[in-house]
Amino acid sequence: MREVAIIGVGMNKWGELWEKSLRDIYVEAALAAIKDAGVDTVDGMYVGAMTPGLFVGQEHIGSLFADYLGIKNLPTTRVESACASGGVALKSAFLEIASGFSDIVIAGGVEKMTDCSGDDATYALATAADQEYEAFHGATFPGLYAMMARRHMHEYGTTQEQLAHVAVKNHKNGSKNPNAQYPFEVTVDGVLNSVMVADPLHILDCSPITDGAACVVMADLETAKKICKKPIVKVLGFGHATDAIALHSRKSLTRLDATILAAERAYKMAGKKPEDIDFAEVHDCFTIAEIMVIEDLGFFEKGKGGTGAESGETHIGGRIPINPSGGLKSKGHPVGATGVAQAIEVTKQLRGEAGDRQIKGAKTALTQNMGGSGGSTVVHIMEVL
Amino acid sequence: MFPGRTWREYPQRYRLEAVKCSKSGSVYFPPRLVTPGTLDSDCLEPYTLPDDGTIYTFTVIEVPPNQFKDEAPYVVGIIELSDGTKITCQVTDCDPSKLEIGQKVKIEFRRIQTDGEHGVLSYGYKAVPALKGVTTV
Repeated sequence: MREVAIIGVGMNKWGELWEKSLRDIYVEAALAAIKDAGVDTVDGMYVGAMTPGLFVGQEHIGSLFADYLGIKNLPTTRVESACASGGVALKSAFLEIASGFSDIVIAGGVEKMTDCSGDDATYALATAADQEYEAFHGATFPGLYAMMARRHMHEYGTTQEQLAHVAVKNHKNGSKNPNAQYPFEVTVDGVLNSVMVADPLHILDCSPITDGAACVVMADLETAKKICKKPIVKVLGFGHATDAIALHSRKSLTRLDATILAAERAYKMAGKKPEDIDFAEVHDCFTIAEIMVIEDLGFFEKGKGGTGAESGETHIGGRIPINPSGGLKSKGHPVGATGVAQAIEVTKQLRGEAGDRQIKGAKTALTQNMGGSGGSTVVHIMEVL
Repeated sequence: MFPGRTWREYPQRYRLEAVKCSKSGSVYFPPRLVTPGTLDSDCLEPYTLPDDGTIYTFTVIEVPPNQFKDEAPYVVGIIELSDGTKITCQVTDCDPSKLEIGQKVKIEFRRIQTDGEHGVLSYGYKAVPALKGVTTV
């Protein structure tokens, strides 16, 4: 298997991009990544998107994007794994290059979520849950994570204040990210007094509805060394795992088995341990998710994740900074784009291009991208050469 | 919703019909075609879930999907039935502020939702608190 590197990154400023269409958003990010990489052609493209069919009534987006990107007849594949679609696009591009079939491949992700009503967006997102045995009974996505949160609070004494600290930390980081949808700070009281969505989760415990795209250009290491003028970020390994999508079919609600397994596989492939990771971008679709994920990645003992943001350990400058980009919470969560945007933040940090939110001396980083309520997870580990 | 989609779920939703593996004794709800981890489809036998259990976890949905607009706020929970099987359903006829993990519930047959312009009614199971001191109607 050949070694693979990220050689170019591109994304938009995320938000409610009413003036831009699905194809505009994607092409903008792809073009930025191609220019950043300094390449004039690519051999293939993978696009992660959860459900453009429900959000804007458009499928067959692989061909649409290749056409509007102006790369005639480019073999393009759309991949889907709910909110982990972007992570699966990265993995797919990695494998195509590692196998030797292609040298330069784009991994992208996109979602255009504000072209439909809030009700329609809620419905579209709920299709990532078990339609007949969860959504049928009125469970929503915040509701599913709220049930995990209540269980975590019951078993380990995690508090609503600790949940709020995750939002506060991520908004603080996001306030320094020019591409973030909500680049402003919030307070613990502000989170606790915000509207309740699904008890115990308030609106400021939830990631937002976002339009956005993210693309990276990946290449085999030899090609990367020839082309790349910036520090080369090597992908050391990945792990991918699934789990029951219905919460009631899992043994535990305070553990995300797909994340545990994906992380084990990624650590093994990369030859790394949790202690070797300098910082991570993780899937904080809800504040409780970040708490559970940092436990399941091995950064915190099970049940102690709630102390991470509260104590400062997961802040920039702390023991293990989590979500320096602002995470899904502040940066935004265009579902299909999120996994790729995590790789972009890692690349920028490892190249030393992260501006006011730069983590000094970071060499090795991890991304964790999760689908639905944890029914799929992709973990990548990267290192700067 | 096309009526066939809800009709084919009647055995599970109306009568709590599940399957049990004759080798391991594991129960699966909703019924599935293969025993997990074995690729064996011959050892699953019909089995009916008990209708009593406890609240394993729950939430109060304040922002509902469209077809539940008239019901919010309402409680959705995961119930651990007395045989250990877990199911997701609404907890109804209760004061949400008084619910607790571990509280005893009975499973009852109820209307779940009215879908779309034509108002196709869907029925199924909901949990109702069985504890003394909690208001039940």
